Amino acid sequence: MYGKGILKGLSVTLKRFVDTYLDDLVWLVQGKKRYNSPEGIAHRSSKNARGIFTIQYPEEKLPMPEEFRYVPFLVYDEAEDGEKNVRCTSCGICAKVCPPQCIWIVRTNDPQTGRPVPEPAEFYIDADICMNCGFCAEYCPFDAIKMDHDYEIASYNRNVLNMEQLLKPASYYAEIRPLNYQREEEARLAKEAAKAAKAAAA
Amino acid sequence: MTTPAPTAALDLAARFPGAVTPDERPSYSGWMVDKAKLLEFAAFVRDELGYDLLSSITGVDYLDDEKMEVVYHAYKTTGGPALVFKVQIPRVDPVEVPSLTPIWPGAELQEREAWDLLGIKFNGHPDLRRILMWEGFEGHPLRKDWQEPFYEEDNKPFKSRWPDGQFSTAEDKNPYNDNLQYPQKFDPEKWVPEADAALYGALAKYTEIDDESGLKTDRVVVNLGPQHPSTHGVFRAVVVMDGETILSLKPVMGYLHRNHEKIGERNTFLQNMPYTDRLDYFCSMTNNFGYALAVEKLMGVEVAERAEYIRVIMSELTRIQNHLILIGMLLNDLGTYFTPALYAFEERELILDIFEEASGSRMMCNYYRFGGVVRDIPEETLQKIKDLVFDRLPRKIDEMDRFLSENEVLVSRLKDVGVLSAEDAIRYSMSGPSLRASGVPYDVRRADPYGIYDRFDFDVAVRYNGDTFDRYMIRIDEMRQSLRILEQAVKQIPGGPFMTGKPMYQVRVPAGEAFGRIEAPKGELGFYVVSTGKPNPWRYHVRAPSFINMTVLEKMCEGSKIADFVAIFGSIDVVLGEMDR
Repeated sequence: MYGKGILKGLSVTLKRFVDTYLDDLVWLVQGKKRYNSPEGIAHRSSKNARGIFTIQYPEEKLPMPEEFRYVPFLVYDEAEDGEKNVRCTSCGICAKVCPPQCIWIVRTNDPQTGRPVPEPAEFYIDADICMNCGFCAEYCPFDAIKMDHDYEIASYNRNVLNMEQLLKPASYYAEIRPLNYQREEEARLAKEAAKAAKAAAA
Repeated sequence: MTTPAPTAALDLAARFPGAVTPDERPSYSGWMVDKAKLLEFAAFVRDELGYDLLSSITGVDYLDDEKMEVVYHAYKTTGGPALVFKVQIPRVDPVEVPSLTPIWPGAELQEREAWDLLGIKFNGHPDLRRILMWEGFEGHPLRKDWQEPFYEEDNKPFKSRWPDGQFSTAEDKNPYNDNLQYPQKFDPEKWVPEADAALYGALAKYTEIDDESGLKTDRVVVNLGPQHPSTHGVFRAVVVMDGETILSLKPVMGYLHRNHEKIGERNTFLQNMPYTDRLDYFCSMTNNFGYALAVEKLMGVEVAERAEYIRVIMSELTRIQNHLILIGMLLNDLGTYFTPALYAFEERELILDIFEEASGSRMMCNYYRFGGVVRDIPEETLQKIKDLVFDRLPRKIDEMDRFLSENEVLVSRLKDVGVLSAEDAIRYSMSGPSLRASGVPYDVRRADPYGIYDRFDFDVAVRYNGDTFDRYMIRIDEMRQSLRILEQAVKQIPGGPFMTGKPMYQVRVPAGEAFGRIEAPKGELGFYVVSTGKPNPWRYHVRAPSFINMTVLEKMCEGSKIADFVAIFGSIDVVLGEMDR
């Protein structure tokens, strides 16, 4: 029969339409929120999702996985007296590995001796050129530069981030990437312990 | 399926005494062919040796040796490794080589590209015009002595960034605050583009009418695009029509051109990896794969076992999501606005979630490294993949099939439209699903296995009518085969390291050439890389399936109605980011 295929196809669409409202009813009866709740968002982006699938951005936002990467930031450790200990040593690996070459670093020189000090004097990232590849964070030997989770950075002007805008505390880093932070801290403590043991042995 | 190289070697040098010699540079392979004998050699290779598929043509500018080289890769459609042959010419303009279009019509667009970017003139080419650069452009950008407007240094990393990286923007250095470079004496006010005249000139033979009937008729030239919703981006087709029937057409491209290859030659080897994501932006995982293969061949690194499996899993997931988009968008082109497209996007979103968890980005994955992948897949992500592969995707692909394949409107729009015969598909260097829909069971995963594809049990999907409907159906077949591979891969994936050696930001790549090719969702994706042992590639060429599959568009559309053009074009599956590079 001509038109059978069309009807068969339309039944697929009809089923989706019905599924949406059926699921709404089920959630209503169970007393759960299908919209604007983390649980509902998780359901709608799971393999069991049927019917409506969309997330109503910006009212609802998809949770970001830990590895999500956006424009990088610099990590500083907070000392007890509130001083910012910038982890960066201005070794320049991030600037060298950066594919679009959007990282600019001015190294600090000791005013007396003129020799380099392991601390950046200035640090710029041109966020308009940054391609969010994550190489800087991947190859930084000091865990000093990390990829951010904040993706809402639209602006009217050119987004050139200076050191002040780039610096974020280690606690923020631990919050957005708990597993990575934990792994790195453990590695650092193990290294320090090994160093101490070596010093004690000598 | 290996061709016995030594006997073939004897044959070729003896068959063409003096004109053909083995390429004896260290870490190079193939044959050096005298340019006078090139056509004869090519015909011999195609007819006598059976290398019927010309995969890639590109040029290399060996500036230091004062030589230009044209590199050809030919394959047998029955499988096996490449026959590589090269022609060297002195680097003095005009650099001239005979065109291979009489032997392989598929050489047409690739030769135009080599002329445009490298300034190699192909004698006997039917329509040698610029293809990617704009009409008023002066020079040939892939020549090693050509410099772009914001030129800073030959190779990255630039010295201005560290240790005294006082920030400045590139625009500040240019008095006009943009990156256009005009030829000398160029006045944009008075300039009349000659290229359009040349373009219409190339079509002139179709507009001349033999007025036998005495009726006053006219041929109409229509520009489809570059701003047209069904050209999937900024693609333009100049169509000559007799009434509603297409007589001929010329593809016009390059609106999205950024000279990916020049950027690639400025970059270090590692820095190219995220750039390959931006070629075919739907399939960044497979783009990474092809590039990683080429460089790994040069470096001679073994890929970690677990990484091999992860690579296969990611590639096949990419294939599924690409084919889903293709089907959804093809239906969009046909006028069923957005319902099938959104159904397809749902499944794709779930696959992109997996990419995001593994690589950190949904589309620009940048996930592969030389010797492995950047990080392991977390256990819960693997579980998600299993859920998709064993539960949701088979269901949803069946649903898509049920939803569309028997729909009478779809069938009548697609059946017997844009028929491409197997012979034409091979002659025009078609690759990927469109080649297989014409009845040629050629799949790089089978024909010349890379990675660990030889370990999996799957069928090469093939359909025989070569029409648009078969090109649609083959996508559904391929998704099912991809699921088969995925089922095996997620069951067999071993533990262990996901990377060979320590991650290095400055990899050492020995001098030589390598061609890494994979079966990307859109066709055969190849990367031709030449290294001189420095941190940056000397030559970096992408054999882009979207671009080369356009060669046959004219052939496919001849005799179709103008309304069918969108269906035919949509079914080839192109992405402009890759076509224009």
